[in-house]
Amino acid sequence: LPNGIAAHADSHGHHLHHPALQHHFETLDQQHEAATLGMWVFLVTEVMFFGGLLMAYLLYRVWYPLAWSEGSLDLDIVLGGTNTVVLIASSLTMALAVRSAQTGAPSGTVRWLLLTMALGLTFLVIKFFEYEHKYELGHIPGIRFTETGPEAPHLAIFFSLYFSLTGLHALHMVIGVSLLSVITFMAWRRRFTPEWYTPVEMSGLYWHFVDIVWIFLFPLLYLVDRAGHFA
Amino acid sequence: MAGHISPIRTYIAIFGALMVATIITVAVAFINLGTLNFPVALGIAIVKATLVILFFMHVKYSSRLTKLICGGAFFFLVILFTLTMTDYLSRGWFTSPRGTAAAGTQVTIEEPRPAAEGEPDTRAEP
Repeated sequence: LPNGIAAHADSHGHHLHHPALQHHFETLDQQHEAATLGMWVFLVTEVMFFGGLLMAYLLYRVWYPLAWSEGSLDLDIVLGGTNTVVLIASSLTMALAVRSAQTGAPSGTVRWLLLTMALGLTFLVIKFFEYEHKYELGHIPGIRFTETGPEAPHLAIFFSLYFSLTGLHALHMVIGVSLLSVITFMAWRRRFTPEWYTPVEMSGLYWHFVDIVWIFLFPLLYLVDRAGHFA
Repeated sequence: MAGHISPIRTYIAIFGALMVATIITVAVAFINLGTLNFPVALGIAIVKATLVILFFMHVKYSSRLTKLICGGAFFFLVILFTLTMTDYLSRGWFTSPRGTAAAGTQVTIEEPRPAAEGEPDTRAEP
């Protein structure tokens, strides 16, 4: 048995077990299964959280198709597309970070996690410039909204939903990057082994979820109502 | 621990598929398919999300209980969308002031017309 396990058992004065195994679980597998399940239950609440806003998006889109068409044409498809590629790439590096942890390659885990965080920050920087451009155009309802004309009130609803959806998504990205910085520190301290890497995998689930949200937001906001202009 | 370890080439292949799907969805956005643009874009997004969930999030190799919880999220999401939309889309069928209206018509609540001279004010109390 590795020294860590023996030392831990001594300090408890009872049976031998892995130091990461909490006492209310029988085995590490059971503990991992419970963590996975708990994380997924949390992600279900996240799906419903974004679901409410997407419901509002769907309904207003049916009501104000003209404003949706005009609004989506005002969004920058190059920046949005670049961000999609950046985020999907960050999901790949995150998956590889988890794989490194599974195969017992801690320096690989640190490297992949750093790359994932760098891509996450790239996304946020691009998003910042997009928001800044929106300010210049006067497309921020309540702060600087300069659109006029019959569709202007409906366009304000489109941009409100745009900022709610992408803003909440960006907040999730900030939380994700913060989470990964803790995990990277733990990986750098060699806390993870092929027997126990649950935190890496759980933060990975969160990161992939945030990626999935963007996979929906990109076509819904930037793309779907563009085609009407190419009739 | 008995977690499934996928080969690196699986992850690369999934990444490639996601990139191809992204290119397709952008390309399709510039082709006018009429009412089909929305379902096509949504369909591609669902395929991409499914790939991420199954392979990057390891749900393909997870327990049945995890699969059930994951599926439950989307099941309830569909309930949220369908029940709400069946309500809103069917409102115009019966409540349109002058006969029927097409599905999806927004029922506007207009400010009641002020009563003309000598006409009793029939506006309902707010």
